[in-house]
Amino acid sequence: MTERNILAAAVVVSPDRTGMDEIEAGIQRRRRKRERSDRIGALAYPIGVMAALVVIWEAAARLFAIPAYLLPAPSLIAQAMVANSTVLIKQSVATSLEIVLGFALSVAVGVPLALAIFLWKPFARSVYPLLVSSQAVPKVAVAPLFLVWFGFGLLPKVLIAFLIAFFPVVINTAMGLAAIEREKIYLAQSMGLSSFATFRKIQLPNALPSIFAGLKISITLAVVGAVVGEFVGGQGGLGYLLLIANGNMDTSLLFAGIAALTFLGVVFFILIGIVERLVLPPHAVERVSFERGSM
Amino acid sequence: MNNPADDPYLRVDNLCKIYATRDAEVRALNDLSFTQRRGEFLSHVGPSGCGKSTLLMIAAGLVPPSGGAVCVAGRSIDRPRTDIGIVFQSPVLLEWRTALGNVLLQAEARKMDLKDAERRARELLGSVGLGGFEDRYPHELSGGMRQRVSICRALIHNPDHLLMDEPFGALDALTRDQLVLDLQALVIERRMTVLFITHSIAEAVFLSDRVIVMTPRPGCIDRIIDIKLPRPRTLAMRESPEFADYSRQILDLFLARGVLREH
Repeated sequence: MTERNILAAAVVVSPDRTGMDEIEAGIQRRRRKRERSDRIGALAYPIGVMAALVVIWEAAARLFAIPAYLLPAPSLIAQAMVANSTVLIKQSVATSLEIVLGFALSVAVGVPLALAIFLWKPFARSVYPLLVSSQAVPKVAVAPLFLVWFGFGLLPKVLIAFLIAFFPVVINTAMGLAAIEREKIYLAQSMGLSSFATFRKIQLPNALPSIFAGLKISITLAVVGAVVGEFVGGQGGLGYLLLIANGNMDTSLLFAGIAALTFLGVVFFILIGIVERLVLPPHAVERVSFERGSM
Repeated sequence: MNNPADDPYLRVDNLCKIYATRDAEVRALNDLSFTQRRGEFLSHVGPSGCGKSTLLMIAAGLVPPSGGAVCVAGRSIDRPRTDIGIVFQSPVLLEWRTALGNVLLQAEARKMDLKDAERRARELLGSVGLGGFEDRYPHELSGGMRQRVSICRALIHNPDHLLMDEPFGALDALTRDQLVLDLQALVIERRMTVLFITHSIAEAVFLSDRVIVMTPRPGCIDRIIDIKLPRPRTLAMRESPEFADYSRQILDLFLARGVLREH
């Protein structure tokens, strides 16, 4: 009786086990396949839609014979890009320099400012409200003033880029630092961590995802700032190129310049994303990439 | 038996805690006094909002009392205690550290020898069934596993006093049973002094040497019950008449105070 039970159990268990292993392996295989196709789809679908739009645009421009100064066909824009490639690259470099310097200045000023707001209550109470309300000033309108003060060189463009881009760095850093569970601080106190060590080991890493979200907003605003600076007092850069193209009614070149600016913005955004991936552990990057998706 | 072990290790005298809210003052704790011996497992059981969590925070020196005093080993507490291990209702893990890294945070903070600490951390994690999960991040662990990590973090430095604030409240019944057993094993092995806050009668009776039953807010002591069940206690003992009798005593107090109502 017992023997038969054991035998029966053995008969039931052994094929079941291998069966389960196969099923598990199959599920894993399917999951990996789905993840791979998800990743490809995340790129392929938007690119497909983009390509379709370009084709429709091209067809519409030819079919309805839309004048090139109103809406040049994509093929014309591509031609303009190739014909002006040297000047586009040269002006892109000039604009990139303004973007990078403006962004670097935003970080260099924004992060310490946020730290001061977080660590020093009187500073927070006096400066923070002013900082927030100062955002009501349309920064683009201040740009001409910067020309008066700083002339036509690189400096005013960098400063305008900074002025437009630094606020999200301050806000996200300050909010990230403030948004911490009280228990984490309690825990640090019970461990006898000094306030500096608590900041370094707990508060700062806790704020990093929020800080990076701020940096990503800031870099796109730095692009806007650099172009505004070039519009107002440009002697070079993509913004200046746009003005020239506009003046010449060269709409193809105008589009080529816009494309170059868009490309710059995307490249800088991706660069920040790469740094973020290097600095943050996987979990936080997952969270932020979701945020990026919803932006 | 008049040996030093009977001297109170923790002494709480006439403790009051009043929170000021916008419209009124809320009295969370009202004139609470009790003592705890070294090596004793002491639980506070009571309804939500009876101030038992507040009591634990005050005992940890993290929250100042409005009145009364807390003394540990004869010394009055007026700043956060660092001779404790603390476990909160939620695991409070650092998301950017692995399970091992979270346990070792305690060792780093106390400037312990890290090599030695890592060996002990792995041992501890293994003893609560987390062997093989040392390098996982919190988001890769289940709720029960996370709470186990936080218990290991509270134990790695062999604290004099372990303070636990409803540590198993957010877990499912099976996981809770397992963790209660794990905790008992650790406590017996290390002869720890534990102050344990819970709203579970079964948990309190199972784990404790003494159970302090709290009244609804403002929280004060309703009765102190000695649990004289042999250790180690087994899950089967929960079905024993003695266990049922202790549970019944606490239940009757809750019924009498209107914490529970039978229709």
